[in-house]
Amino acid sequence: MQSLSPELSTKLEEAVERMPAFPKSVQMILEVSRNLSCTPKDIIEIIEKDPVMTIKVLKVINSAYFSLPYKINSLDRAVVYIGINTIKNLALSLATIGILPARNNAGFDMDEYLQHSLVAAGIARQLATRYAAGDIDPMDCYIAALLHDFGKVVFAQFMPEEFSKALKLSEKTGRPLHETEEEIIGVNHAMVGAMLAKRWNFSNELIDCVGNHHSMPVAENLMAECLHVADIIAKNITAPKTPKRTVSDPNWKAKRLGFTIDRVSALLGDLTPFVNEAKIFLQASYL
Amino acid sequence: MKIRFWGVRGSIAVPGPNTIRYGGNTTCIEVRTDDDDLIILDGGTGIFQLGNHLLKRMPIDAHVFMTHTHWDHIQGLPMFTPIFIPGNKLNIYGAFDPVSGTGIEKVMDIQLQYSFFPVREAELKADIEYKTMRPGQTVAVNNAEVTGTLLNHPVINFGYRVEHNGKSMFFTGDHEPPYNFYEPGDPHYEEFESIIKDKEREIIAAMRGVDVLVADSSYTLTEYPSKKGYGHGTFDTSIRMAREAGVKTLICTHHEPTRSDDELEAVFAEVLSRHPHQQGDPEIILSREGLEYEF
Repeated sequence: MQSLSPELSTKLEEAVERMPAFPKSVQMILEVSRNLSCTPKDIIEIIEKDPVMTIKVLKVINSAYFSLPYKINSLDRAVVYIGINTIKNLALSLATIGILPARNNAGFDMDEYLQHSLVAAGIARQLATRYAAGDIDPMDCYIAALLHDFGKVVFAQFMPEEFSKALKLSEKTGRPLHETEEEIIGVNHAMVGAMLAKRWNFSNELIDCVGNHHSMPVAENLMAECLHVADIIAKNITAPKTPKRTVSDPNWKAKRLGFTIDRVSALLGDLTPFVNEAKIFLQASYL
Repeated sequence: MKIRFWGVRGSIAVPGPNTIRYGGNTTCIEVRTDDDDLIILDGGTGIFQLGNHLLKRMPIDAHVFMTHTHWDHIQGLPMFTPIFIPGNKLNIYGAFDPVSGTGIEKVMDIQLQYSFFPVREAELKADIEYKTMRPGQTVAVNNAEVTGTLLNHPVINFGYRVEHNGKSMFFTGDHEPPYNFYEPGDPHYEEFESIIKDKEREIIAAMRGVDVLVADSSYTLTEYPSKKGYGHGTFDTSIRMAREAGVKTLICTHHEPTRSDDELEAVFAEVLSRHPHQQGDPEIILSREGLEYEF
């Protein structure tokens, strides 16, 4: 498999720098910031639903300018370090760039992408809370899942023609998208996401999670395990048109979770609250 | 080491009959090491009088550390006379601003614009160098060392620890101890508590054992609830930090601009009555324009 040339990775990184956020969060951050009595919680709830805004905050806090002794994956930790007003203003500065367009030349459905990311994030947080409490921060898992497919947005925005071909090929042949991306673009969205996460100095754990979310998680990476399982469960409920996704071996059991994916999904019970929460956020998008 | 207060007021300068004893200028502290090196903490309106005082000792080699760039901490810099005199050397230190993406050089650029000031930054005669610091970074000022620590304010704010010859002081700049804005029961609550504890430990470690802690003590306990989130501490939070860090002397500063001298003394007396001196406690005093403290 090829990797990205340094020129292309620099180009993509610079392009993401100017990438706007999602319409709903832009609209909401502008609304709450007009209200002097908005609470820090209001602001965090908006940012943590938008992959672009979340990336912007984590990128700053993990940058060389702060050179903190450890990497920060959580918005709450970012708040305690650089303060809620600085974070609010970072989000506001992003809001002035504009909004991600509903339609892109790749024919990639941004709404579906965001819904999937939010549902996966909610499930990953729930899995971490239930099965890995004390060993892993559930919010770290939430962020990993929120950002795991970010490479698709980058393709849609900056390599629309190639990405469109990969999407069509996957649709036509039923092959997974990450495979058709590799065939047509040379790299897949997971690799691009990981490459960017690395350039932004995100934690190694988060980089591995994003980069390997289509592979079987290696032992001892709880975040990767939660993300892998959450991704599959979320895909099955948020994209009913695409073939049901599963791991190559249906009897595969996530180590920490101790069950097959179908069983984990059943144990989570009614998943509609995850979907509804995401839908509420998506409503009124693209006004 | 000797420190002298040139400005002790928060938010805005308030000269007048009600502030004559404690002073109306905004934050500026002069620190002299035992080698007579000049370290200036913040450039509020108090720095104007410091500048005039320094005219007798030209040329100067000053190291100005900005805790943050809110007006009351930078407003005096354009009127700091030594910047107009050739032969003077100024090093200006401060944090990176992630929102504008600029370093501490903006502290002059922003203020010395055509619409706001007659002289451009490029026209200043002193040799000025801007040095953007990272949190936790220690800068050497000849034989002294200055370390910045990220504190909590609505803009990036460094508290500075100055050390020389076995003596040390810490100035918070503006700081409100971080608080949990989630309700108990919220999924974020516990995690946020533990992050705050981590941060508090880091802050206490940064000021541990200093001879003098100069701390933002803007509000009283009664005033604080309506000012929560403004980024300032109370007399009580300063006393708590001073006790935990085992400092010898606590100097409470950043006095509320609306507080008269009489009111300031009254609220301070009330605070002291609730915190009677116990063994190991720091001496607690109020900052006052002109106050010199040598240790």
